[in-house]
Amino acid sequence: MEFLLIHGLNALLYSSVLFLIAGGLSLIYGVMRILNLAHGSLYAIGAFTTAWAVGAAAAAGASNAVLLLVLPAGAIAAAAVGAALEPTLLRPFYKRPEEYQLLVTFGLLMIIEDSLHLIWGPNPLSAGQVYQFFGSVSIGSARYPAYSLTVIAVGIIAALALWAFIYRTRFGVVLRATSQNMRMASALGVNVNRIYIQAFTIGCFMAGLGGAFVVPGQSAVLGMGVEALVLAFVVVVIGGLGSLEGAFAGALIVGFLRETGIALFPEVELAVLYLIAAVVLIVRPAGLFGRT
Amino acid sequence: MSPDMKLQKQRSLLVILAWLVPLAAALLAAPHVVGPFHTLTILYGLVFGIGVLGFNLLLGYTGLLSFGHSAYFGAGAYTVALMVKYFKIGSMELFLAGSVLITALISLVFGFVCVRYTRIFFGILTLALSQVLWSLAFKFFWVTGGTDGLRIPTPSLLGMAPGTDKMEFLAFRYYYYVLVLFAVCVAVMWVIVHSPFGKALQAIRDNETRAEFIGIRIRRYRLIAFVVSGSFAGLAGALWAPLNGLATPDILVWTFSGEIVFMAVLGGFHNFIGPIVGAMAFTYLKTYAVGLTVYWQLALGTVLVVLVLALPKGIMGLVEIVAAKLRRAR
Repeated sequence: MEFLLIHGLNALLYSSVLFLIAGGLSLIYGVMRILNLAHGSLYAIGAFTTAWAVGAAAAAGASNAVLLLVLPAGAIAAAAVGAALEPTLLRPFYKRPEEYQLLVTFGLLMIIEDSLHLIWGPNPLSAGQVYQFFGSVSIGSARYPAYSLTVIAVGIIAALALWAFIYRTRFGVVLRATSQNMRMASALGVNVNRIYIQAFTIGCFMAGLGGAFVVPGQSAVLGMGVEALVLAFVVVVIGGLGSLEGAFAGALIVGFLRETGIALFPEVELAVLYLIAAVVLIVRPAGLFGRT
Repeated sequence: MSPDMKLQKQRSLLVILAWLVPLAAALLAAPHVVGPFHTLTILYGLVFGIGVLGFNLLLGYTGLLSFGHSAYFGAGAYTVALMVKYFKIGSMELFLAGSVLITALISLVFGFVCVRYTRIFFGILTLALSQVLWSLAFKFFWVTGGTDGLRIPTPSLLGMAPGTDKMEFLAFRYYYYVLVLFAVCVAVMWVIVHSPFGKALQAIRDNETRAEFIGIRIRRYRLIAFVVSGSFAGLAGALWAPLNGLATPDILVWTFSGEIVFMAVLGGFHNFIGPIVGAMAFTYLKTYAVGLTVYWQLALGTVLVVLVLALPKGIMGLVEIVAAKLRRAR
């Protein structure tokens, strides 16, 4: 029983982080129809920035409360990078064929991955102080890190906040309108450029948040973005490109599959994930929640 | 055919020959002139050229952007490595036959699934399937060596033992061996894209609905193009294996597929020889960037972004623009 509970919590932990990454990717695709190959790298920016900020604050002798306040730094950094990238590099590509959109974001991926290397060097960065500060809680006779529960909570809160934001605010209405018909929204007086930049920034913020909250539990390493991107792909393909509900369901499916896979069939665990994504694409190309 | 058109055709043939003859002579003379470093770099360029030429049958001629061609290139290389490991085979011809057979089979299976879709979904599907192969190569380390990869010894060519001097082998005998195969591949691809089959692919690319209305079986044509494309990539992978001496999961991972797309766009995918030019230019670019700085990805990424922003038709596009300007000036 405890065994199942702990594995279930691990799966939820993994799902929360996946949702933060894939939700942003899906939001961006839903609004501007661009598949951002550099999205995983924004997650890495979040992780590296937070690890660095927490490390610097701890070195300066900051208290644990301050360290907690520093934690979201990565999300803000990723959002800032996103806000700078959209109008400069992505905007010229909306009207051009998809291969160019994919290529420019692939170029961005290479640039960001190496910039992280340039800024923070080749060694992994960690923010273990925060992890230790949270301590652990007991589940039956076992101990479970309290920080992991926090990350699960952050994932759930982010999902709820995003849902409320998109379905319950005026901005959300405009965003959905732009996503459904950009020309019509534009004709009705929506500043589409502003919506695009906002949507892209929110998407990047979420990826950065994922990175920021993952880093106390595991180190920020080079290449983490590339790895995360492909898993986020699997999530959005299963859930449906451009659908937030889909990203949520997809993240849960992938999270639980992966946890089961690691426990039961570790050799083919990744292959199974990619195969499931392929099967979903064949059976339901729009994904479980996608619009066709 | 009117005499005017005939004349034009003869003239364009002459122009092609005027380019081809010096180029062929330069490639033939290269090992004796430029030394082993450049010979090997050119050799890598030729090998990638075969692969990207195959890739471009899909992108340039069929209008399908595959983001998973690392799968077929990697499968070609791993077939060689596994033939060495399990069957103790050392003959290059058997390697090539085995690799082309295996990659044709894999691309038949993958292609059967992928060609049902176009555009972004085609890209994601090819990527997801290529990652399946990557994760298998990565996880089944007792078969594939995991991240350490598998070693590939120098093979025998046409039944002749490789000899002990590996450098001499690669820079001379293997170079000419690859060069001949390269010429054959270019000729075969030229015939394919200029055949009725190739024209049908271009019709599908330009207007799917019209192509279907004039009786082209779109899915079957796309599938054949996919298999041919994958087999070319597999052949390139098999040729690459003894050159590199090691097959690692790095050539199966999706970012390598990105590099293949990069090469095609760098040379210009609207042009027949664009992919070859792109493969050669990319190989040189990467070799120098890697030698110059550890941040070579940063440099290449910048090149890629600038390229798609300023020069979407690649090097051959630039050549065409310059040629048109010169013609007008004359």
